[in-house]
Amino acid sequence: MKQPQTMLDKVWDEHVVRSAPGEPDLLYVDMHLIHEVTSPQAFEGLAISGRPVRRPDLSIATVDHGIPTVGRELGISDPLSRLQAEAIERNCAEHGILFFGVNDIRQGIVHIIGPEHGLTQPGMFIVCGDSHTSTHGAFGALAIGIGTSEVEHVLATQTLPRSKPGSLAITVDGDLPLGVTAKDLILGIIREIGVNGGYGTAIEYRGTAVESLSMEGRMTVCNMSIEAGATAGFIAPDATTYEYMEGREYAPSGAQWDGALAYWESLPSDTGAEFDREVVMDASELAPFVSWGTNPSQIVEVTGTIPSPDSFADPLERDSAIRALEYMDLEAGTAMSAIPIDRVFFGSCTNARIEDLRAGAEVIQGRTVHPDVEAMIVPGSGLVKMQAEEEGLDRIYKEAGFEWRDAGCSMCLAMNEDVLSPGERCASTSNRNFEGRQGRGGLTHLVSPQMAVAAALAGHFTDIRDLQ
Amino acid sequence: MKAVNIIEGQMAPLPRANIDTDQVIPKQFLKGVTRTGLGPSLFYNWAHDEEGELEPDFVLNRPEYAGAKVLVAGPNFGSGSSREHAVWSLTDAGFDAILSSSFGPILENNCYQNGLLPVVLVDEDLERFTALAADPANTVTIDLPTQRITSGEYTASFDIDAHVKDRLINGWDQIDMTLQSEDDIATYESARPGHRPVIG
Repeated sequence: MKQPQTMLDKVWDEHVVRSAPGEPDLLYVDMHLIHEVTSPQAFEGLAISGRPVRRPDLSIATVDHGIPTVGRELGISDPLSRLQAEAIERNCAEHGILFFGVNDIRQGIVHIIGPEHGLTQPGMFIVCGDSHTSTHGAFGALAIGIGTSEVEHVLATQTLPRSKPGSLAITVDGDLPLGVTAKDLILGIIREIGVNGGYGTAIEYRGTAVESLSMEGRMTVCNMSIEAGATAGFIAPDATTYEYMEGREYAPSGAQWDGALAYWESLPSDTGAEFDREVVMDASELAPFVSWGTNPSQIVEVTGTIPSPDSFADPLERDSAIRALEYMDLEAGTAMSAIPIDRVFFGSCTNARIEDLRAGAEVIQGRTVHPDVEAMIVPGSGLVKMQAEEEGLDRIYKEAGFEWRDAGCSMCLAMNEDVLSPGERCASTSNRNFEGRQGRGGLTHLVSPQMAVAAALAGHFTDIRDLQ
Repeated sequence: MKAVNIIEGQMAPLPRANIDTDQVIPKQFLKGVTRTGLGPSLFYNWAHDEEGELEPDFVLNRPEYAGAKVLVAGPNFGSGSSREHAVWSLTDAGFDAILSSSFGPILENNCYQNGLLPVVLVDEDLERFTALAADPANTVTIDLPTQRITSGEYTASFDIDAHVKDRLINGWDQIDMTLQSEDDIATYESARPGHRPVIG
């Protein structure tokens, strides 16, 4: 009888071009996503060595990291960001790669446009010069973030040499409690296993709490796998996956759909498959979370208080907490709900899909943004923005006092003009609360979209469950 | 790629845990289109005050560490963003190796692509080298072929994937290596399932 296999085993084996003892496997890349910040040096490298792009038809590019989210009709005013945007456009034209430029309705955050166009499918091996590439794992694809040298490698060869990661099964069973979102689920997982708890592994998220998520929610979970140090994170495809994909531009159709479906249905881990490590959690342990520190494992329930560094047994975690509280200008014992905020950033590849925008809008209920708060909504793509406008969500946000922006990474990494000033405190739906991530001296608190909107209305963190 | 064999030089201690790549090089320095000239941006927000003046107390600004080649970091170095600029800024600033107890997965690969050696030490050894690095008079020798690291009387060993080690010692270009498998790539490519998306 055949040995039961994990989904990782199956997807990995299917992409091995060449395998030799003592060497990494050479894997074939099904789709290469490219953006303006991590690609110019890769194209430069190709030019220097005189190599062509092997498969422009398995590559797609956009601008997202450094572009403005307002006033685009005037062009990109930052001269360096403009040069980067021009470089990727030129490089894509030269090599015949489909490129969604800044004024293309299809432009958006690279991890949002892949699934949106049906380019992300179960069983694929997807890479991108961006650490949040694991987002695509929501479809049962193996998706990993790579550096610029590896971007050049993929452009030149359509392959990547890699040693197989270990397998880590994280099973979360039970129903998500009221007010608990996919964002809270992944934050809770990171707190449980730690910021390098996933090191050297591909995480398979399993269990009824995961299965109950929409595709948008699954993308939020897989997106933050890197924040636990994992190489990748994925979820077995199922009816929810197929329903999301059907009819999208690059999804198979007709007889090809049927063939693909049979293959996709073969991908989930076999019963009895063994993982290198397993973690089991109960959904009832989860709550609406807010981060208090400078890494995504430093979170607390919104009804909780800022922890004392002394509450951490591990001396490293204690030191880390001391430094984090100093940077975040917080004192142990303060109630999270007593902390006023200055800004709200609702966007990023973690939480800027249509479902996120719908969920945030539902919280508003005719209320308005607190007068001391500046709040912005940055949809994940031009198409998400258009869909939201068709549903009238933009009106709900604008009437409540939110700014309604154009698509991009924006203040998730603050490479464009959307930056926190020193000391500004921000409720953010993004993925990283690192020191200075949203601007030097900026104070980032990670939350779900619903919690971000609730904080914008109240002027401080507030329990979403009280508003529902 | 620059070959790595024996690294000798001064250490600089930066014993903070979870130094992410946003700290190694902040976002405003990612707007270039070349790999060069990023050394002055290394740890920019720690090395400079808000007016852009050098922070004299930051370890890499102290004259006694000016020639350091080996950064002794805290545990879990280089998590977060995939920016290879982090590695380019470290090599441009003169570093040949980083010591930690674990590395962010993307940064680790980026190091190998640029001949920067990430040395994974057990916690106890990392603490020991951190203490040794506190005296700028101490130097370190990292012998990649024998996988030994020595400072004064203290010696430790470290693990590294055998294939990665070969690549580093020989300075092999990974794209050149892969292109030797052209026949295998072409064979695989011709048999890919038809339902996989193709653009155009």
